[in-house]
Amino acid sequence: MKRQSGMSWSPAAAVRLKWLVLRTAIEERLVYRGDFAFSTLVRFLPIVTQIFLWSAIYQDDPDRALRGYRFGDMVSYYLLVMLARAFSSMPGLSTGIATSIADGSVRKYLIQPVDLLDHLFWHRVAHKLVYYAVACGPFALVFWLCRDWLPGWPAWPVLVAFVASLLMGFVIGFLIEAWIGLVAFWFLEVSSLIFIYMMLSYFLSGHMIPLEYLTSWLPFAEFLPFRFLAYTPAAILLGRIPEVALWGELQLQFAWIVFLLVLNRVTFTLGVRRYSSWGG
Amino acid sequence: MAAIEVQNLCREYRVYRKREGLLASVRGLFHREYETVRAVQDVSFRIEEGEMVAFLGPNGAGKTTTLKLLSGLVVPGSGTATVLGHVPWLREDAYRRRFSLVTGQKEQLWWDLPAQESFALHREIYRISEPDYRRRLDELTEMLEVRRLMARPVRELSLGERMRMELIAALLHRPDVLFLDEPTIGLDVVSQRRVQEFLRRYQREQQITVLLTSHYMKDVEALCSRAIVINRGRVIHDGPLAAIVDRFSRHKIIELQFAANRVPEHLDRHGTLLENRGPRVRLQVERQRVSECLAAILAESEVEDLSVLERPLEDVIAELFVTDTGQSGVGE
Repeated sequence: MKRQSGMSWSPAAAVRLKWLVLRTAIEERLVYRGDFAFSTLVRFLPIVTQIFLWSAIYQDDPDRALRGYRFGDMVSYYLLVMLARAFSSMPGLSTGIATSIADGSVRKYLIQPVDLLDHLFWHRVAHKLVYYAVACGPFALVFWLCRDWLPGWPAWPVLVAFVASLLMGFVIGFLIEAWIGLVAFWFLEVSSLIFIYMMLSYFLSGHMIPLEYLTSWLPFAEFLPFRFLAYTPAAILLGRIPEVALWGELQLQFAWIVFLLVLNRVTFTLGVRRYSSWGG
Repeated sequence: MAAIEVQNLCREYRVYRKREGLLASVRGLFHREYETVRAVQDVSFRIEEGEMVAFLGPNGAGKTTTLKLLSGLVVPGSGTATVLGHVPWLREDAYRRRFSLVTGQKEQLWWDLPAQESFALHREIYRISEPDYRRRLDELTEMLEVRRLMARPVRELSLGERMRMELIAALLHRPDVLFLDEPTIGLDVVSQRRVQEFLRRYQREQQITVLLTSHYMKDVEALCSRAIVINRGRVIHDGPLAAIVDRFSRHKIIELQFAANRVPEHLDRHGTLLENRGPRVRLQVERQRVSECLAAILAESEVEDLSVLERPLEDVIAELFVTDTGQSGVGE
């Protein structure tokens, strides 16, 4: 009794599905336009406070170098870190997955022939695309206002490495936060884990302060994936990573993606096996 | 040919047992007590292709857990099951393309978007060809009378409208097996009847296999001729719906109309007096005493009209669940 009249799998069909998930998620993001526009714009406030803070630190001598950063370098660093975090931060991803596991709504992804991680990934791409569409104007304005502190236009290999690092930072950020969400298959409540991750990533990604300040007393920071979320893209564009080391750095970033992807897949498979489908 | 075959299926849950009070909460930080709840115990049944079967039981009986097992949402502790030849908990795509699960909760639709967006996504997920998709969507929206609601965000639909949209999402890919878990829960009478009529017509036309759980006996009576009754995780009846009354009802109802408005006194010595609106009386008596009671009443009074009825299925099921429920589980 096989009454299916569906089309068979093809790469084109797979791409069409991803595109439709992306399109539908974009439409969904645009529903709450007021909240979305506001949350996008307030994201620029921290950079203003950072510039004020560091101008106070450097006010006596802006050309003085602290750990290799003069005032202008520091402003450039924070601008680029802000850009990198716009790629790698995933607001609500872990919480969303954990909530869907706790209240049973994750079952939608389990009974349909879809891949949960793939679906959430394209959902997140949509989230980011809409975010950039709204934020590119304010981003351009902030960069223009700070143009005197920015380094000159980089060589094209550096630019390519920077873009690749940004994109891989997005994937790493997605995989780390998705994994934290999947841990809810065991603990249901993962808010403390999210808090620890936020704290660690704030320190160890170079978001709070350039990693050069930390590596002397936290040498293991460079062996963790957090630095790819903010520091590495910024350091590439600022020329802090020599051109000869760029390829190795990108390979390492890619290796972390593979590791995190495997970790997510294993966690998902084991999690679904012990899932009790709570929530009626 | 069997569409669903279940053999000795068992599923247990380990549930945290929290005692009442603050002190118990603090103690729970260091030492926790768990209890094992047997949600499904040794359940076996077989459903043929094209059958529509009711799956009945009180809250906590294990109905929903069984549906979750058959949908591949949970893995059993022991036992086997195949649906359309697939082991559900392997969650193969080939299987997931051939069944649907509909519950009373929001399941498949994107909450903030019109249902048509979710349907378009389903077309790609289930790889439905464009002509098939258009034709089926037309049929289903027509049958369920929701065409005018297609462009309205799901969150702005009433519960009944949303349930009808959920049904469309569940049926667009023409599943061979449909699991319905309380599909009319919370709906008003009109919406209930509309969903009921739709299901009856759709099942008759498409000959799909349906396993339905519902607490509304009207749904069950309207749609199913066979019922599997489960309680405390065990199957206690599997057979014709009508046989439930024969098997489990210990009483019958005698309706009497007495001549000259003269209702005899002490009718309650024969059984329970359900209604006394002289000259009409309804009396519930034990099955084996029906002829004895009738003989006694006819001997002592003049009766104009008389009928002996079975008790409504709803009452029999309710009584069965009350008498058979020694404990309540969380197997639902």
